[in-house]
Amino acid sequence: MVKSAASFSRPSVAAFNRLHTFHGGLKLPGHREVSATRPISSAGVPAVLILPLQQHIGAPAECLVQPGDTVYKGQLIAQQVGAISAAVHASSSGTVLAVEERPVPHPSGLQAPCIIIETDGLDRYRDNNVTPLDYSRMAPDEICAHIRRAGIVGLGGAGFPTQAKLGCGKHDIDLLLINAVECEPYISCDNRLIQERAAEVIEGVRILQHAVQADNCIIAIEDGMAVAEQALRTTLAAGNETGIKVTRIPEIYPSGGERQLIKVLTGHEVPSQGFPADIGIICQNVGTAAAVYNAIIKQQPLLSRIVTVTGDGVVQPQNFETLIGTPVSHLVAAAGGYTQDVERLLIGGPMMGYTVPVDNIPVTKTLNCILAVTREEMPAPPPAQACIRCGKCTEVCPADLLPQQLYWYARSSNQDAAQDYNLFDCIECGCCAYVCPSHIPLVQYYRHAKAEIWSSEKQTKSSDIARQRHEAHLNRLDRIKQERAERMAKKKQALSSDGGSSDKKKAAIAAALERVKHKKELADAPPKNVENLTAEQQQLIIAVDKRRQQKNDTE
Amino acid sequence: MLGAIIALGILAALIGVVLGYAAIRFHVDSDPVVDQIDALLPQTQCGQCTYAGCRPYAEAMAAGEADINQCPPGGEATIQALADLLGMDPKPLNPEHGEHAEKTVVVIDEQVCIGCTLCIQACPVDAIVGAAKQMHTVIRNECTGCNLCIPPCPVECIHVVPLKPTIGNWVWPKPADQVSGEAQHG
Repeated sequence: MVKSAASFSRPSVAAFNRLHTFHGGLKLPGHREVSATRPISSAGVPAVLILPLQQHIGAPAECLVQPGDTVYKGQLIAQQVGAISAAVHASSSGTVLAVEERPVPHPSGLQAPCIIIETDGLDRYRDNNVTPLDYSRMAPDEICAHIRRAGIVGLGGAGFPTQAKLGCGKHDIDLLLINAVECEPYISCDNRLIQERAAEVIEGVRILQHAVQADNCIIAIEDGMAVAEQALRTTLAAGNETGIKVTRIPEIYPSGGERQLIKVLTGHEVPSQGFPADIGIICQNVGTAAAVYNAIIKQQPLLSRIVTVTGDGVVQPQNFETLIGTPVSHLVAAAGGYTQDVERLLIGGPMMGYTVPVDNIPVTKTLNCILAVTREEMPAPPPAQACIRCGKCTEVCPADLLPQQLYWYARSSNQDAAQDYNLFDCIECGCCAYVCPSHIPLVQYYRHAKAEIWSSEKQTKSSDIARQRHEAHLNRLDRIKQERAERMAKKKQALSSDGGSSDKKKAAIAAALERVKHKKELADAPPKNVENLTAEQQQLIIAVDKRRQQKNDTE
Repeated sequence: MLGAIIALGILAALIGVVLGYAAIRFHVDSDPVVDQIDALLPQTQCGQCTYAGCRPYAEAMAAGEADINQCPPGGEATIQALADLLGMDPKPLNPEHGEHAEKTVVVIDEQVCIGCTLCIQACPVDAIVGAAKQMHTVIRNECTGCNLCIPPCPVECIHVVPLKPTIGNWVWPKPADQVSGEAQHG
């Protein structure tokens, strides 16, 4: 990654003083005030915690506990497997009930392996006395190791393991970008987090900045988050902090997308199929910064996150400090329950979220919003009409793609052409589907096409492996055949060639004859221990001999 | 006149030498057609095509001895890909060779297995582990679903199971085409 970086121009520091714009985007009604006005409250400890082994991008964690085990809060219950993976910790104390498949927050509605913990209500740690680490004396990779052990993943939504993204020391980073741009309507968890815990956030940002050794750091915040912005500025001023800058950007959806945010702040584009680190930038969510603060200063793994519970479908929309693994139903109950006219439940915001059929799914590390909507609030889209080639989707696409071309190719399953039109640069923000006058579910076509491509790539890979294994199998059979033929040839040769071996053979025959003779002598020898017998024993012997005789006769 | 002919002649000879050299120096080995066909086959190695594996079938197709519609595990998609590669018209799967079905894998009922090793010998991809009089088991990730291990088993302890849909292999469904009378895209 570092090597390829040289081929891309890096943004100069001076560029950070001026704002830029990205292509397209939308102004959306915010709907944030419904949840943003109330303070964060604790969702408490639910009776049962459901902890999926995979709450991140990458390999699922490997379970370390068994049903019946007692766990304390913060105990490692599933360990990371490989570089792109994240550990899972018990978010409260209790007993492991089961390790089984449960419904998880996923658009498929399928089940996945989870660790089920019955909480004991004590919420106890193994050790309450921890000394904060002095991160300024720690090497970047040491900080990364702590972040890895804490099981931290990007809390903005994608859930990429944070230590892998930081790549501590592996990239040459000029700018650390902290994403506090909560661009999707309804969601306000980052907003409340900054308002209430600005000091923790700033400390977390300092740790991250030290970990990536970036000279510049910008916290990007949206126009509508004035209170949060003020909280950040006050905290920074109180700490005489000069290395961290707060920048306010206009409220345009999806300016919180990583690539869009980088474009707005630096004017540079992240290369297609590349990473921000290729142009010397690392972007982290503000919630992740707070989790890093907890990991280093409080020495706590990622056990909870802030979740927005909102929509007209719940009685009391609010943000909750929620233990990872808390059932969504528990959280909805904490928000006063459903209203009468609730129609469906979404995980995530109205633009990028997905509908879930049940609410017995757990809150995972990446789940930022539970949206219960009524029919009036979010009516079901009318039936799709034909594409009229109006080009509105192209105007709003923030990735500067051609959505209608992608639609045609995705619809006709022409995956190669879709890839030629940079399907994989689509961030699935939903702007194109939002403006489509024909109500075509464009994003779903793209998601389908992407999944099909991944699936066929996987298939090619597995058939390549099958081919190799089959070739190895044939080679092995050949080898065995050849070896056997060689052995037979050798034996034959040994038998046919008589020279020198006849004496050996004679000796072997003599020895065999000797053995047979010896055996015969043993068999013919008279029975032992037959002197000095009592009459009773003598009779027994006679009876046994008789039976033997009879048996021999019958045979 | 003569001068021009000589000049052009020398030029032609020079260019000929350069081109001849380049043809040898920059020779690119093109993928033999057998390899290209083999790459499109699913590598199940099931032998339903009547050949002893995917590669022999590919060789037969390259030699013009086999048709392109003899691979049930590949189904329509493979036939289409083969037709594109070989410049032929796609045709429906030949039912003589079987029907296309979703990929399955086999499992050995370990309680019943007597450890006879017959299935191990039948497996074309060495995906069964075991030894004589020891319990056998299938490496699920390596099983191609060819079902060749089932007939040799003397105690019928090998069963076919469908691949369970998981979050890892789930594919977003394609939206149902609600549009009626829409012009097809050409």
